[in-house]
Amino acid sequence: MSESSPAQPILTVRGLTGRIAGQLVVEDVSFDVAATGVTALLGRNGVGKTSTIRSILGLIDRTGEMSLAGTRIDRLPTHRIVQLGVGYVPEDREVFGGLTVAENLRLAERDRSPRRDEVRRLFPDLHDRRDQRAGTLSGGQQQMVSLGRALVNENRLLLVDEPTKGLAPKIVDEVAVALAEAAKTVPILLVEQNLAVIRALAHRAVVLSGGRVVYDGEASDLLDDEAMLRRHLGVHDAGEAA
Amino acid sequence: MDTVVLLLVTGLGLGALYFLVASGLSLIYGLMGVLNFAHGSFLTISAFLGWEVGRRVSDGTWLGLGLSALVGVAVGAIVAAATEFLIIRRLYERHIEQALVTVGLSLASVALFEGIWGTDPIYTERPDWLTETTTVLGARIPNDRFLLIACAVLVLGGIVLFLHRTRYGLIIRAGVENRHMVTALGIDVRRAFTLVFAIGGAAAGLGGVLASVYYGYVSAHLGSVLLIFAFIVTVIGGLGSLTGAAIASVLVAVLQQFANFYLAGTGDFVVVVALAAVLLVRPRGLLGRTT
Ligand SMILES: Nc1ncnc2c1ncn2[C@@H]1O[C@H](COP(=O)(O)OP(=O)(O)O)[C@@H](O)[C@H]1O
Ligand SMILES: [Mg+2]
Repeated sequence: MSESSPAQPILTVRGLTGRIAGQLVVEDVSFDVAATGVTALLGRNGVGKTSTIRSILGLIDRTGEMSLAGTRIDRLPTHRIVQLGVGYVPEDREVFGGLTVAENLRLAERDRSPRRDEVRRLFPDLHDRRDQRAGTLSGGQQQMVSLGRALVNENRLLLVDEPTKGLAPKIVDEVAVALAEAAKTVPILLVEQNLAVIRALAHRAVVLSGGRVVYDGEASDLLDDEAMLRRHLGVHDAGEAA
Repeated sequence: MDTVVLLLVTGLGLGALYFLVASGLSLIYGLMGVLNFAHGSFLTISAFLGWEVGRRVSDGTWLGLGLSALVGVAVGAIVAAATEFLIIRRLYERHIEQALVTVGLSLASVALFEGIWGTDPIYTERPDWLTETTTVLGARIPNDRFLLIACAVLVLGGIVLFLHRTRYGLIIRAGVENRHMVTALGIDVRRAFTLVFAIGGAAAGLGGVLASVYYGYVSAHLGSVLLIFAFIVTVIGGLGSLTGAAIASVLVAVLQQFANFYLAGTGDFVVVVALAAVLLVRPRGLLGRTT
């Protein structure tokens, strides 16, 4: 399936099917997340990218075979999967609005020696606002809280869902820089609409269409294939996106 | 003037009882989405067992009452935690079934209590001071009101401290906002479920012992009556909001007292009208969250 990835994939997904209230939202999806670098998960709105990530985490009912570094996770409850070393940055950030920035981060700490300094260096703004309620932050600042919650632990895999959605260009750059830095040490499955960000970060790409995988290969090959982009992502000119 | 003061303080005392029940209802609903109709049973069993122990050791003394309170708190916590662990947990996320099973528990337990302790109220002995009055601004206030108010304030303060100073408190506050995201941070939120049941049960248990002081009797129906008003208070305060429950407890009980006195005993009716008004004007309650 992915002959070019050197090591064993960190995550393998086979025949994943997800349901919300009985409704099929992910249908028989199979792909790998490479052991290093960023794997982009792409597809038009509503195709099931978020549902795929939530199925992997057990946040919605799912069947199929999934392994994280060789450990089967498809029967585990969400908190156990996360404890194996999965950081999750959900779509729309999902910070706890009534909690302070510091409380949001503290809640997320799983490791004995959480990487607070690391988070502080990446997002100095958060440290200055540590006693502010997260609900009163701007969208960009909330995204940093959400990223900070994932990066404060040592992870084996990050699942990051549309981290730049609705953010100003300057903040998009900041988020991309933080992800690029994280990607040096931890593999990432990244859902992202911004092709410039994908171009900058992704090594591999998986494209969903009609709930199924229609492309699984090098990100650069996909980004050069305009017909493919147009058909499955609804993008007209990959160059101008951003 | 003295009548107003008396009604006010009595309202505060009754509000204290409502709050001891409503605090748990509100926390449980806020975190788990469970409407716990068995909460009144936690109160009743605690009142009975507290009374049984207290009267055997030292009837009608502070020691006896203190023991009753301790037993009531412990029984409430244990019975509630067991209910969560053995029954509610097996119906995870099935809110209708959860509510129905608590209704069943409530009905069955009242029958059980009647079987053990009979259908008539059993009058209880209290320390002398609690049967006396203290004059405040010209009003002769029965002393038990002060005990009720002090206990509720302590419970409120204790719960607030717990929620804000401990990791479990943090988990509970976060879980009330977004339970799924808490699990997605690697936290087993079910432990917090058992804990809020235990805390709510402990508060209700103390409420049960204090209710027997306030009414002067224990009965199989002690919890059922208070539960109705506690639910009203929880809805008016905003489901899931502890502060809302505290404020609404006082408002509802004071309103009830004044209506009973000045509007010819229409207290309960006025409370239901207030509930309807809040539901129409502000369906999420005074301090409830949107969505
Ligand atoms: N909570 C939900 N209830 C019902 N259907 C949903 C829910 N969330 C998503 N869906 C449906 O699942 C499908 C996939 O959605 P989603 O995974 O959010 O797609 P994407 O992230 O690719 O935009 C869509 O058809 C959407 O309407
Ligand atoms: Mg999505």
